[in-house]
Amino acid sequence: MIYPYIPHTDADRRAMLKAIGVESIDDLFSGLGADLLLEDSVPISHGRTEDEVQRMIDSIAQRNVRGIPFLGCGCYDHITPATVRALSSLPSFVTAYTPYQAEMSQGLLQAIYEFQSMICEITGLDVANASLYDGANAAVEAASLMLAAKRKSRVVLVSETIHPFALKVLNTWALGTEHSITLIPQLDGTADLEKLESMLGDEVAGLIVQTPNRYGLLEDYTSVAERLHANGSLLTISADPLSLAIQKSPAEWGADIAIGDTQALGLPLAFGGPSCGYMAVSQALLRRIPGRVVGATVDSQGRRGYTLTLQAREQHIKRERATSNICSNQALAALMTTIHLSSLGWGGMVEAAQQSYAKAHYLAYHLAQLPGVTLVWDKPFWCEFPLVFSDAKRMRKFLQELRNEGIFAGVRLSSLTRKSADELVLLVAVTEKRSREELELYLAAARRVLK
Amino acid sequence: MSKILENLRYSKDHEWVRIDGQRAFVGITDHAQAELGEIVYVELPPVGERYEQGEEISTVESVKAASPIVNPVEGVVVEANENLDGSPELINEDCYANHLYVLSPFDQSQYDGLMSADEYATFLASL
Repeated sequence: MIYPYIPHTDADRRAMLKAIGVESIDDLFSGLGADLLLEDSVPISHGRTEDEVQRMIDSIAQRNVRGIPFLGCGCYDHITPATVRALSSLPSFVTAYTPYQAEMSQGLLQAIYEFQSMICEITGLDVANASLYDGANAAVEAASLMLAAKRKSRVVLVSETIHPFALKVLNTWALGTEHSITLIPQLDGTADLEKLESMLGDEVAGLIVQTPNRYGLLEDYTSVAERLHANGSLLTISADPLSLAIQKSPAEWGADIAIGDTQALGLPLAFGGPSCGYMAVSQALLRRIPGRVVGATVDSQGRRGYTLTLQAREQHIKRERATSNICSNQALAALMTTIHLSSLGWGGMVEAAQQSYAKAHYLAYHLAQLPGVTLVWDKPFWCEFPLVFSDAKRMRKFLQELRNEGIFAGVRLSSLTRKSADELVLLVAVTEKRSREELELYLAAARRVLK
Repeated sequence: MSKILENLRYSKDHEWVRIDGQRAFVGITDHAQAELGEIVYVELPPVGERYEQGEEISTVESVKAASPIVNPVEGVVVEANENLDGSPELINEDCYANHLYVLSPFDQSQYDGLMSADEYATFLASL
């Protein structure tokens, strides 16, 4: 059977033409003038049937190579409860566009409100927005917020150890504006915050750091917030939200802004996206947080209800003086994160984070015993670590041979940064989803290749 | 008809300035508060900062708009009216008794260049 995608039959078309009083499609377009009309048909091939298209796509999909992923770099293969897909695929969520008549959409508003509440709980900060596009987008919004919060500031300090893509987006954003991004260099895999003292001036709006950072390493922010605040500057900490189940929260470090990407919480790998960014701020920055914010209230009969709130920040009221031009959010992805967190609870979140930690450390410990690779920096990490090879040839062989055995051994950092200095760095990510058998397979293969 | 007080000076951005010794009190006029409607939030400027004449210094949000406050005379903010923090509606109740902030020192010649009550009344009538 051939089902065309266009539902109109010839009879439908004849009836429509008749209703408007023309004989044919050519009659309908006759007023346009002959020089504007195509004489021949458009030179594209004839359409294909639904079944043919399905077969074509299947054959492309079959070229995918399956393997056990030890890949990370911002996108991780965690266990996702079945509730996430089942509930988030409900047509009422999947087909909902941004609520223009917001208060009509109580269900969506409540889902967003729950998301905000969870982000506040995880980060320890006071106010969260309805989500942003992704972690890199959240970094730009944090930079913009910090600049707006400090009068006459124009510089945002950014650690060289944040995710390469976030850094790229920040640089793109700053291009051609009066603002500039100044890098805090790294020392042995983490931000060299001793440099902060000499870099703080009146023009500095704030600092963006990330933990776990681009190498998977955990950073120490002792007294960083104090030093920034003494200069009238703000601190933004970017963190994988799942890691916050077992590491110090941004609020505990004294951060004013927490940002990141919620991919680790219920979002599929999906070839790298779409993801969902989050942002939470301290009470003092309530009026400056970008994007949608949902508030809880009561209606005229005292019943609990939800509403878009603090909209004076937004561009449809403040125009060019808006705190940000973001006026949408990643509602469906944020919903998946919300369902994921509701399913796991704090206990499940802590367990996932602890297991990721334990398994990553098991693999790292045993890999470090092998010749030709080192963990180089003796620094704490969570679920991802940098394995540094003695030479590029050895690394290529390692990746190829493990791939032949069905293992994606890691991500070459240079594939993200395009820097020759990163050429020998392989980032290996281990989540709670990797079984003992999978870890042993990896180690057995690694021992064979590196012996 | 908007209320205009005799002893104040006025800017074209609908701010009033009242001088008390070395201090200049700044608020918004009756016309401005009426145009804004119910005021729900006032962003107060940071104390200790110097602002130029014509510089945007704070924002007043009402249920229907968010309007910038344009500083009418150059000076250093020595005080912000914290009463407005929890009770922004005070401006609607009496805009001349509830200033936004105080400048000291301030530019006397710029103050002298602002409109008198009569001039402001004429200015309002021309709008």
